[in-house]
Amino acid sequence: MLDKLNEIEKSALESLKSVTDSAALEAWRVANLGRSSALMTVFSEFGKLSKEEKPVIGAAANRVKVKLEAEFESQAQAVKNAALAKSLAEEHLDVTLPGRTKHIGRLHPSTQQLRRVLDILAEMGFQVYTSREVETDEMNFQMLNFPPDHPARDMQDTFFIEAEGRAENPILMRTHTSPGQIHAMQEFSKTNPKDPPPIRIALPGMCFRYEQITARSEIQFNQVEGLAVGKNITFADLKGTIADFVRRMFGENARLRFRASYFPFTEPSAEVDVECFVCGGKGCTVCKNSGWLEILGCGMVHPVVCKTAAMTRRFILASLGVWDQNVN
Amino acid sequence: MKIPLSWLKDFIDLDGLSVEDIARKLTLAGMEVDEILYVGLPMPVYKEGEKHEFKTNGIAWDKDKIVVAEIREVKAHPNADKLTLLDLYDGQQDQVVLTGAPNIFHLKGTGKLAKPIKVAYAKEGSVLYDGHAEGQVLMTLKRAKIRGVDSYSMVCSEKELGITEESDGIILLDDDAPVGTPLADYIGDAVLDISILPNMARNANVIGIARELAALTGRELRITNYESRIKADKVAGTPVTELVEIEIKNPELNPRFTAGLIRDVEIKPSPYQIQRRLKLAGIRAINNVVDATNYAMLELGQPLHAFDYDALLKRVGNSSNKKIKIITRTAKDGEKIKTLDGNDRTLSTENVLVCDEKGSLALAGVMGGAETEVTDKTKNILLEGAAWNYINIRKTAKQHNLPSEASFRFSRGVHPAMAERGVKLGLHYMSQWANGKIAPEIVEQYPLKPKDSVVNVTAHDVKRLLGIDLSLQQISALLTKLDFKCTITKDQLQVISPDHRMDISEGVIGLADVIEEVARSYGYDNIPTTTMADALPPQVGNPVHEWEEHLRDLLIALGLQEVVTYRMTSIEKESRVATYNDYVRIANPIAPEKSILRQNLIASILDVLEKNIRLGESLSIFEIGSIFEPVKNDPSTGSGQGLPNEPRKLAIAMTGLREATAWDVKDSAVLDFYDLKGRLELLFSGLHFTNISYTANESILHLHPGKCAEVKVNNQVVGVFGELHPLVKEKYELGDSPVLVAEFDLETLRKLIPTYGIVPVSEFPPVYEDIAIIVDESVLAQTVEALIKQTGGRSVANVKLFDVYRDEKIGAGKKSLAYNLTYQAEKTMTDADAAAIRKKIIKRLEHEVGAKLRS
Repeated sequence: MLDKLNEIEKSALESLKSVTDSAALEAWRVANLGRSSALMTVFSEFGKLSKEEKPVIGAAANRVKVKLEAEFESQAQAVKNAALAKSLAEEHLDVTLPGRTKHIGRLHPSTQQLRRVLDILAEMGFQVYTSREVETDEMNFQMLNFPPDHPARDMQDTFFIEAEGRAENPILMRTHTSPGQIHAMQEFSKTNPKDPPPIRIALPGMCFRYEQITARSEIQFNQVEGLAVGKNITFADLKGTIADFVRRMFGENARLRFRASYFPFTEPSAEVDVECFVCGGKGCTVCKNSGWLEILGCGMVHPVVCKTAAMTRRFILASLGVWDQNVN
Repeated sequence: MKIPLSWLKDFIDLDGLSVEDIARKLTLAGMEVDEILYVGLPMPVYKEGEKHEFKTNGIAWDKDKIVVAEIREVKAHPNADKLTLLDLYDGQQDQVVLTGAPNIFHLKGTGKLAKPIKVAYAKEGSVLYDGHAEGQVLMTLKRAKIRGVDSYSMVCSEKELGITEESDGIILLDDDAPVGTPLADYIGDAVLDISILPNMARNANVIGIARELAALTGRELRITNYESRIKADKVAGTPVTELVEIEIKNPELNPRFTAGLIRDVEIKPSPYQIQRRLKLAGIRAINNVVDATNYAMLELGQPLHAFDYDALLKRVGNSSNKKIKIITRTAKDGEKIKTLDGNDRTLSTENVLVCDEKGSLALAGVMGGAETEVTDKTKNILLEGAAWNYINIRKTAKQHNLPSEASFRFSRGVHPAMAERGVKLGLHYMSQWANGKIAPEIVEQYPLKPKDSVVNVTAHDVKRLLGIDLSLQQISALLTKLDFKCTITKDQLQVISPDHRMDISEGVIGLADVIEEVARSYGYDNIPTTTMADALPPQVGNPVHEWEEHLRDLLIALGLQEVVTYRMTSIEKESRVATYNDYVRIANPIAPEKSILRQNLIASILDVLEKNIRLGESLSIFEIGSIFEPVKNDPSTGSGQGLPNEPRKLAIAMTGLREATAWDVKDSAVLDFYDLKGRLELLFSGLHFTNISYTANESILHLHPGKCAEVKVNNQVVGVFGELHPLVKEKYELGDSPVLVAEFDLETLRKLIPTYGIVPVSEFPPVYEDIAIIVDESVLAQTVEALIKQTGGRSVANVKLFDVYRDEKIGAGKKSLAYNLTYQAEKTMTDADAAAIRKKIIKRLEHEVGAKLRS
C-alpha cells in the first residue's frame, strides 16, 4: 500500500509538471485530488485496513495529500503567472489612437471677461448692481448732464425706440451703463435722504450704439462701470483705485497713463491708456501704432448728476472706469 | 483738427521741445494727438523694440539735398515739346533742371526772367514721394537721360514733398524765400492732428492750443494785440457804421453781430506760406480774401463770412445814400435759400438767416448764400463776425447735413467776445494780402452780452476733490496761465473765467469746472495715487446676479455652450418661431434685420444654431438674456408709450449626434426629446428642485405637438421644452436631426428655489428589488412613479425606471414598466420589511391605474 501511495505521488507530480494552462490544471486536480482519484480511493477504503496498517498508511496518505495540494497550489500560481505574463506581453494598445470625448460646455468669452472684471471689483468692495437695457432719454442722457441737442451726444450715437406721446423724453437703447448710476443713487439716497449711505457698486451690462460694426466697434457690447460714493473720496483715490484694477487685470507691470478727457457726467474726467499688450508699446495695428490702448474713461461724478440723483452736495463721487468689450 | 507746428510757433517759443514732447503734453492735458504728420522736419528714429508714443507718418527733407532755389530762365527742351529746361541757381551753383510743370510752361522761351521764381529744389539722391504714383510711394532721385538730356535733380510739387496730393504743378515759393537755405529750415513742418473734445471748443484754433502749451510749459503766450495790428493797416473812407446797420430779431439765437468793411481788394492767390499752412490744416486755398477768413478762423477760432459788398448794394438798388440793413431772424417755414455750394435748401422755423431788406443772404453760422459770395471780380467786402446759439447751429447743420469748419466751431460754442476780434483779424489779413483799405470802425449789435462766470475756490475745495495740498497762490498761478482772472482774498480765491471760453459755470458746477482746470494745469501725472480711505459700504452681494452665474455654471457642466446674441432682430426672422401683436420697434434701425427688439429667445438661439450647423456633428447651446415686451402706456404718466418689460430668459437648443463620432463609434443615435429632458432633470437637480412635473402640451405652436412638455415646479409653470415643430424647422437650414429647444423664465425659476439641506448617506444596508408592472398605454410613467413614491414614503429611497417593454404577450395597448426600487430605513431593512412595502405598492397600483404585476 505504501508503494502504491509512493506510486500515486510519483505519477501525480510527474504529470503536474506538464500542466501549463488552467483547464489542464483543473483536470489534474480532478484526476489526482478529486473524489474518485486514486489517492482519495485510499482514504475511502481506509476502513478496510488492519489496525496496524491504519496509522502508517494514514500518515503516509496524508503526507501525500498535503504534498500534492501544495504542489498543485504552486503550479496553479505558476500557471497564473505565466498566463498574466503572456497577456501582458500580448496586449498592446495603440496609445496614439484618439480618446473618446464628450461634448463640453464653455462660457461665452464675454461672460468670462465680465466675471474677471467683476471679481476684481468685488475684492475692492464694488458689488454688482444691474439695471434695464431700454431707458428713457432722461435717465440715459438728461440726468447725466447731456441736455437735449448737446454736442456731447455726438459721442454716443443712439438707437431710439418708436414711442408715441413722450415729448422731450423719448425711449432709447442705453448707450452706456451710467443710467444705472442714477438708479442706484436714487435708490440709496431714498433709504436715508438726510445722510445718504456710501455706495460702491459695479454696473455691468449690455449697451448699444449706432455704429458701423468693425473689429473695434459694435452696436451691442458689454460695459462695466464702477461707482463709489463717499464723503471723502478724491481724484487721487480714483487714480489709485484704477491703478489697482489695471494691475489685477493686465498684470503688475502694466504701464498706464491718465489723460484729461471729457464726459458730461464726470468732472474732472480722465481717459486711461494701458501700454499695448499686443506689441508691448512698440506700435502695432491694434494700438494704431501709438503704443497705447485706451481701456476706460473715468472721473469724479459731476455735480449736476449728484443733484439730479438727489444726493447731497457733501458727497463727492467717483465714477470708476468704464470697460468696453465687444460681443463675440 | 490739424495744426501745423510752424503756426503754433507764431505764438509760443517751442525751442528745446521735440514734436513728441509737445504732442505728449497736449495729449495728457485732454487734447489727444491722434497722429503726427511730418512734412519736412526730421522724424524720430525708433530703435528696434523701442516704444512708440504716437502714430507717426510723413517725410523728412534732407537738409543738404533739398533747398530753396531760383529759376532764372525757362528754356525749351531740344527734343520734347512738353518739357522745359530750367536755368536754376541753388545758392551754390547753377543747375540745369528738366521739368514738365505746367505752371511755368508759359514762360518757356521768354528769356531771362525779370524776377526769378523761387522753387523747392531737390538734388540727386533726395528721398521724395513719387509724384506720378498713386498714393504716397517713396523714391530716391536718380540720374537719368530724358529725351537725350541729362536729368539728375528736380523742382518739386507739393505731392513730392508730402504737403498735399497736388502733383500738377511745382511749388512757387514766396518772393522772399532765401535761396540756398535748406527747405526744411524754411518751411519744414509737422502737423498735429488733435481730437477736440466737446468741452474744448475754445481750443479749436491755433491760439487756443498755443495758450494751453504756454500753461503746460510755463512759457509766454505771445498773443497778438489786434488793435495795434489794425492801426498799422491802411484805414480810409466812410466809416462802416454810416453805411451798414444791423438788426437782431432773436438775441437768444444771435447774441452778437459785428461787421467791418474793406475796399479795393485785389483778388489773387495768397502768399505761399499762407496757402501751405491752410493746406496742412486741411483747408483748400482759394484766394487771398477767402483764405483770410479761413486763416483768421483757424488762428483765432471765430468763423467769419465775407459778403461781396457791391452785390449787397445791387440788391437794394445801388442807392448810395441808403444804408444796407443786415437783419438776422428765424426762417419762415418752407423758406428757401441757395447756399454757395449751389444747393437750394428748404428751411424750417428753427433755422436762422442773415438777411437784408430784400431777403435772405446766408444760413447763419453754417453756410453763405450764392448771390453775395466773393468772386474773382469782388472789390469791396463786408466781413461778418457773429455769435450764434450753439445748439441751434448744431441742429441746423445736422438738418441740412452741412458739416463745415464754421458749423463745427459754432455748434460747440464760440464766445461772443471773439466776434469783433475775428472781424478785425480777418480785415487785417485782407489788407495785408489783398492790399485793401479798411473802412473805419466796426458796426455791431450786441444785445446779449454773456456774463463771465465768477467762482470762489478755497484750498480745501481743491484738497477735497483732487486730494492734493495747494496754496491759494499756487492755484492762482495755475489758473492765471489759462487766462483766468484771479484775486486772492483772505481764505479764498475769486476766479473770473476768461472771455474766450463758455465752459465755466458758477456755483457748485463752476467749482468743479475750475478745479478740473487746476488738475489739468497741475498735470494729471503729478496727482498722487491713493487708496480710498472712506467707509466701505456693507457688503451684501447681489443674489440675483450670483444665482444667474450659478445657473450658467450648471449649464456648461451639462455640456452646453453659452452664446450671446443681438437684442435686435426683425419681425421676419423672429416670426419663424413666434409672432406677437405688438413689438418694441427701433426708430432708426442700422439695418432691416435689426429693426425690432426680440421677444423670443428661442428665435435668437436658433439663428446661432443655423449659422453654426455645419461646424459640428452636435451642437448644444444656451443663452441667458433679456427679451423685450412692449408696454402700451407709461405707468408713471398714464400716457405715452411705456418702457418695455425686460424679463430675463434662458433658452436651450440641441441638435445632432448623441455621442461624438470616433474610430470605434460609428453610428451614434441622434439627440432626441429625452436627451434634452435628461439635461433639464440634471439642471433641476442642481438647482435643488424636488416637486417637478411634466405635462404634455399640444398648444405650444413652435413645438411638435406630440413631443413637447410643460414643466411645473410646485405646480407653477416655469417653462416649456420639446422637439421643434417640423414646419418651424423647415424655415431654417438645420440639417436632418431633430432640434430640441427649451425656454424658461428666470425670475419664475429663481423665486421657486427651495432651501435645502445635506442628507448623509445611510449607514444601514438597503434592499434592492426590481418590479415590473403592466399598465395601459395611456398611463403615464410620471403617474406610476409618483404612486410608488407616495405609497412607499420614506422607505423607498429611490425609484428608477429601467425598462419600458411592449409585446403581444403582454397584450395590445399595454406596456410593461420595470423599476429598480431601493428600500431604505433607519435600521437594517429586511427582506420581509421590503416585501410588505412592495405588497402595499402593488395593491395601490392595481387600484389606481389597473396595474398588474408581471411575473
